[in-house]
Amino acid sequence: MVLARSEVAKTPVRGPGARGKSARARSLRGGAVRLGLMAVPAAFFALFFAYPVVAIVGRGLKSGGVWQFGRFGEVLSRPDIQHVLWFTLWQALASTALTLLIALPGAYAFARFDFPGKQLLRAVVTVPFVLPTVVVGTAFLALLGRGGFLDELWGVRLDTTVWAILLAHVFFNYAVVVRTVGGLWSQLDPRQEEAARVLGAGRFAAWRRVTLPALGPAVAAATLMIFLFTFTSFGVVQILGGPGFSTLEVEIYRQTAQLLDLPTAAVLTLVQFVAVGAVLAVHAWTVRRRETALRLVDPARTARRPRGTGQWALLGGVLLTVLVLILLPLAVLVERSLDVSGGHGFAFYRALGSAEANSGTFLVAPIEAIGNSLRYALVATLIALVVGGLAAAALTRKAGRLVRGFDALLMLPLGVSAVTVGFGFLISLDKPPLDLRTSWILVPLAQALVGVPFVVRTMLPVLRAVDERLREAAAVLGASPWRAWREVDLPLVRRALLVAAGFAFAVSLGEFGATVFIARPDNPTLPVAVSRLLGRSGELNYGQAMALSTILMLVCAVSLLLLERIRTDRSGEF
Amino acid sequence: MLTLESATVRFGDRAALDAVDLEVAEHEIVCVLGPSGSGKSTLLRIVAGLQQTDGGRVLLDGADQDGVPVHRRGLGLMFQDHQLFPHRDVGANVAFGLRMHGVKRAEQDRRVAELLDLVGLPGAERRAVAALSGGEQQRVALARALAPRPKLLMLDEPLGQLDRSLRERLVVELRTLFGRLGTTVLAVTHDQGEAFALADRVVVMRDGRIAQVGTPLEVWRRPASAFVARFLGFDNVVDAMVTGEAAITDWGKVPVPAGSPQGACDLLVRPAGVLIGGPQDGLRCTVGARTFRGNHVAVKLRPERGPVLDAECALEGTPDEGAQVGVTFAAAESVVLPVV
Repeated sequence: MVLARSEVAKTPVRGPGARGKSARARSLRGGAVRLGLMAVPAAFFALFFAYPVVAIVGRGLKSGGVWQFGRFGEVLSRPDIQHVLWFTLWQALASTALTLLIALPGAYAFARFDFPGKQLLRAVVTVPFVLPTVVVGTAFLALLGRGGFLDELWGVRLDTTVWAILLAHVFFNYAVVVRTVGGLWSQLDPRQEEAARVLGAGRFAAWRRVTLPALGPAVAAATLMIFLFTFTSFGVVQILGGPGFSTLEVEIYRQTAQLLDLPTAAVLTLVQFVAVGAVLAVHAWTVRRRETALRLVDPARTARRPRGTGQWALLGGVLLTVLVLILLPLAVLVERSLDVSGGHGFAFYRALGSAEANSGTFLVAPIEAIGNSLRYALVATLIALVVGGLAAAALTRKAGRLVRGFDALLMLPLGVSAVTVGFGFLISLDKPPLDLRTSWILVPLAQALVGVPFVVRTMLPVLRAVDERLREAAAVLGASPWRAWREVDLPLVRRALLVAAGFAFAVSLGEFGATVFIARPDNPTLPVAVSRLLGRSGELNYGQAMALSTILMLVCAVSLLLLERIRTDRSGEF
Repeated sequence: MLTLESATVRFGDRAALDAVDLEVAEHEIVCVLGPSGSGKSTLLRIVAGLQQTDGGRVLLDGADQDGVPVHRRGLGLMFQDHQLFPHRDVGANVAFGLRMHGVKRAEQDRRVAELLDLVGLPGAERRAVAALSGGEQQRVALARALAPRPKLLMLDEPLGQLDRSLRERLVVELRTLFGRLGTTVLAVTHDQGEAFALADRVVVMRDGRIAQVGTPLEVWRRPASAFVARFLGFDNVVDAMVTGEAAITDWGKVPVPAGSPQGACDLLVRPAGVLIGGPQDGLRCTVGARTFRGNHVAVKLRPERGPVLDAECALEGTPDEGAQVGVTFAAAESVVLPVV
């Protein structure tokens, strides 16, 4: 393609006949650039996602080299499976609706209000998102379950109802809305809404007619993420659902790890895959027409102190929600980690440092899991940023059906059972040239897989919102396309990039479903260590699990606070 | 310098540019004038390389620009709404093109200071772009476009968003500045006043085609068609049949200059050529709306036959609204326009 260009440049005078050919060459070149950008993500997904998943599904559904599709009918006609399917769907819908209802005012408050401790609080609400799902489940059990906080206070127990699951899902996904929607919201020009107000729209009408449509893509992205998370919810449902409630993912885990019924697991994996694929397709179809270039401004200019009773009440409500829904479970978790028999103390924390005290559960002292987790998550974040960043860059320009398909493809790892992926890694990446079973890189690879969709989803709306004419201005001033991207897009999306990195780091740190299969016994990650401790009986194990979860929570909180710090330092440039 | 050879751009089956030929000479200031949708912005975009041509050629200094990417064309373009980089301060915006061309840091600083001085914003390097007024943004955008010494500077509605007095002042400043720097300029605008004040040569466009090319004076005095005349704000245009030194129109007989083309045509009578007299003289008209224009009053006249007439009256002796007057025409102010 470079050759084609220099050839054209050297022949200044050419007949009209040659004209169309070079225009074609140019559009081919544009396509080639896009393909080049897509190559890395595509290869990554083919190798570390499609191949392992196909391998394990094949193992479940193939018998004697022949596909046994009849197994679908057998499995899906079972009443217990049908119950699982129905429950999976409605709890996901209910959780998503509830999360949006509770978190959208939060997104608004974080975007448009200035109040003391805002940054700290923004990091705090993100903490639940990075907690291992197992820990979230346990924290809610401690809050709502038998002998839990509410039980002790008022005798209220919710652990046998679906409310515990729904609330845990809101707890878990609150940050998705605040970060994704609030991030864009804080950069929307308030004058747009003011213009609508002047034109006679009421406060709510202005919001509904002007701001909401502009937020549309971000709200859709958040909704989609939450639906996918709750649809594939694992740890939370396993702990809070008891025998009565089971999602597809929990069922897949049960069939794979406990009943060793690979055919049923394979059928359920495919069902989940198809369901998620359908949701993604609908999503891609609905957002296609709605993406428009937005006028973004400095968030610092849009936020101000609340004024009037209404705004203070809104802020108060948001803060109260955060307090009850997010801080309370976290506080209960910390309290349990210190709740040694006969008072409070650090006995559980001390026990974490000793390999001997845990010789039945671990080969190494559980404390080493912290270092492992941080290292893995850092590598996973880098992989996710490179893969997701390239994908987002390729998807920025208006695109045809092929590229939109690619867009949807990137989201699939969120919908495919992590258990399946983890187990698939083990049975498929075990032969040269891809014998990674004993390599440490396997864990970051699996974690990056879940991180990439976050990077793409966070960066794409902002990248697409960058005015094309700014790039043109850079090009006219002599910037090559790559240079223009670096000089214009990158600085404008730096904030989004950092948010994306934070997300990727967080999900990598908390990833459990896949990691539990592939982390080596002498190199456990924090969530794996927690689950192993929880799986053992005894007060010491339970207490250590709580202590380790608290440490994980603190690690996340500190990382996120650092991230917030970088963001404010940079905001001077905007 | 710049040559367009039957440059054509189609959006769907509509031609935004239809076989346009244009020459811009070194140090010349050419202004493309036309209503919105006439293809004038598309013209700039194909020269800049931001838009592919569907036919024809764009040559800069004799070299076909086909296949030359935007950033290698060495042009300057000032966007309609400036498109300053919001994440950089004034100095960094102006220095952008210099950096892209690998100019040394010290030289960059020197040149930025020089340009900010030139556009009347000395010492503004560290100011935030968002804090600038419209006129200041305008100046920064100009400095940014001029910084890499482009061989051709293109301006897209350069003064469109500014208030009137600022616009009139800037237009004079720009013309002086370009003359001093010897910059070759291709500007587009829909404002005839702006075009006439700025340009050595005016190109009037209509529906993707060139309707007229000429000096401001030529275009003003002899519009090439009824379209151009109307676009310039002349509404006294009527079907006519010229015989000798008179034209038969709905308004009656109108004298035309000696040597005018004969036969069917459109006839323009400039408002200054509409002479108001007593009700018994010539064409009978009723006086309509009157608009005070500073040194004269524009008057609408409803004739007993034919379309509405625009006339100019001295401040003294303007007829009252509703009054009956008679109108005669001055041959010197009537122009025979070829039918296109």
